[in-house]
Amino acid sequence: MAEKQFKVTAESGIHARPATLLVQTASRFDAEILLVYNEKKVNLKSIMGVMSVGVGKDADITIIAEGNDADEALRSLEETMMKEGLIS
Amino acid sequence: MSFLKGIAASNGISIAKAYHLVEPNLSFEKKTIENPTKEIERFQNALNRSTTDLESIRDHAKENLGEDKAAIFDAHLLVLNDPELTNPIEDMIKTEKVNAEHALKEIAERFVSMFEAMENEYMKERAADIRDVTKRILAHLLNVQLPNPSMISEEVVIVAEDLTPSDTAQLNRKYVKGFTTDIGGRTSHSAIMARSLEIPAVVGTRTATKEIENGDLVIVDGLKGEVHINPTQEAVEQYKKEYEAYEIQKAEWAKLVNEKTVTADGYRVELAANIGTPKDLKGVLDNGGEAVGLYRTEFLYMGRDHLPTEEEQFESYKAVLEGIKEKPVVVRTLDIGGDKELPYLQLPKEMNPFLGFRAIRLCLEEQDIFRTQLRALLRASVFGNLKIMFPMIATIDEFREAKRLLKEEKEKLTNEGVKVADNIEVGIMVEIPSTAIIADAFAKEVDFFSIGTNDLIQYTMAADRMNERVSYLYQPYSPSILRLVKMVIDAAHKEGKWAGMCGEMAGDETAIPILLGLGLDEFSMSATSILKARSQILQLEKTEMEKLARRVLEMSTTEEVIQAVNEAVNGDKKTS
Repeated sequence: MAEKQFKVTAESGIHARPATLLVQTASRFDAEILLVYNEKKVNLKSIMGVMSVGVGKDADITIIAEGNDADEALRSLEETMMKEGLIS
Repeated sequence: MSFLKGIAASNGISIAKAYHLVEPNLSFEKKTIENPTKEIERFQNALNRSTTDLESIRDHAKENLGEDKAAIFDAHLLVLNDPELTNPIEDMIKTEKVNAEHALKEIAERFVSMFEAMENEYMKERAADIRDVTKRILAHLLNVQLPNPSMISEEVVIVAEDLTPSDTAQLNRKYVKGFTTDIGGRTSHSAIMARSLEIPAVVGTRTATKEIENGDLVIVDGLKGEVHINPTQEAVEQYKKEYEAYEIQKAEWAKLVNEKTVTADGYRVELAANIGTPKDLKGVLDNGGEAVGLYRTEFLYMGRDHLPTEEEQFESYKAVLEGIKEKPVVVRTLDIGGDKELPYLQLPKEMNPFLGFRAIRLCLEEQDIFRTQLRALLRASVFGNLKIMFPMIATIDEFREAKRLLKEEKEKLTNEGVKVADNIEVGIMVEIPSTAIIADAFAKEVDFFSIGTNDLIQYTMAADRMNERVSYLYQPYSPSILRLVKMVIDAAHKEGKWAGMCGEMAGDETAIPILLGLGLDEFSMSATSILKARSQILQLEKTEMEKLARRVLEMSTTEEVIQAVNEAVNGDKKTS
């Protein structure tokens, strides 16, 4: 299992385009991937799940991945968030 | 061959195959099923086919409409394959032994209501995405074809009940050669859009969607307001000739592109254009527009899922001001409500939207939205000749309040060290009778008037312009309208201000002689009407038109007015 915390610094939080990219990235892996925010846990492979928690600016989020490719998945997701300017 | 009569909404003639843009029937019944495994297979099949659909729509949109218009389909694809949506549907089919259609609808509705209940505006709009995707899967389950306007790849005439802004946003200008719709008039969105795209259109045919089959050859005659379905070879030949004649006429008008608009007796007026986006500027310049008399900013707000930022607006305003090269640009602040909805604002449905919470009423209430627009405008003001116009002003207080907000934002910007042009003219659109009636009081405070006849006629006649059955009351030449127009022009001139008109009437060949006689200073119309109007005005005499105007103001009916104009104008031609 891999787990990591992030602070979202993007002005509009996890908005339309970054949410789409995160879900697309997560969906490429076999691992089960969860997004935890505000005591809510959602499937990071579900666009509706991700959007339903409404991650805004300055949110502390945790990503938990479990499965064969968990570490790789987490690395990839961090990269995507960096590239989209979600975290800094 | 058959034939439909409608309202000529946009000039020109087009001959192409019909493309139906009609919502198919997606109704179904709840059923108990015997074999859940098979039903799930059927569901997955529909998912796969929907995925294939959406992927090709996305690719096509990317290529033809641009990355930003395509992004929405990426989001749809994710919703379509969202395990949180598909797993519960499959579970429901299994445990409750219901048909896939029913399970889909039930589960999707849960998400729709969940998103609709959220505080965040952006989240609320996701409900529409889920509905869209559900509709596509449902269509595949029911084996009915959904129209995919963004996929059009040959020349077509769009046949629809009506066209919404989001429909038109998906259309590819290259392939759409004409429109014909069941409902609407000269001032409905589809008509305005057709003119801005310079595509022939006939609206308000009542039965186009019933009479025309997908793939039928149709002729759209936007000059006469006729639609011919599966015409004979002779009719096609005849129309090709008329089309050529129209092209020759246009070439004649085109010679006037750099001419000033001066009457035969030397009186100068300004012919301006109505635009919706910076893209329309080319048409304005190609057609010899002397100004932009109406920049409808609401298109910046439509066909998207959130409000445009100050920066996005600034870029558009700057593009228009720079693109028109120092000519005046009258920007109308946000006019939303009525027939123009913004789904993401989640405004409640109203019984009488045209009499409701719209335009300046909304802007004065939702000040954040309004202030953002004002700031963007003020920042852009240094790039050209900007004039700001407030829509739907009914009272002096509304105008004062709007102007106060403008002043506040200007001061803030100046304090921040941002440059703002001095002496930006601030005016109002006159479209409510209460304002026309006390135009003399307004004239002391505004810098200009622009008469919005589409609404002024609707409000004066108390006739909904979207309602076909009362469309006979849309009477621009009615003496009642003409007297209101006169009051506004006279009031402006008395205070040394100018008066323009930005409704359809300003480009109408029967209205132009009267308006000229009443002393209208600026005529703002669809760009494609400008050259025709110029060629007409060059032949008219202002002094004669003043006499005509005085006569028609004393008349009782529209018919008398039309007859008087015809006599005066034809008489004019004989003497010249």
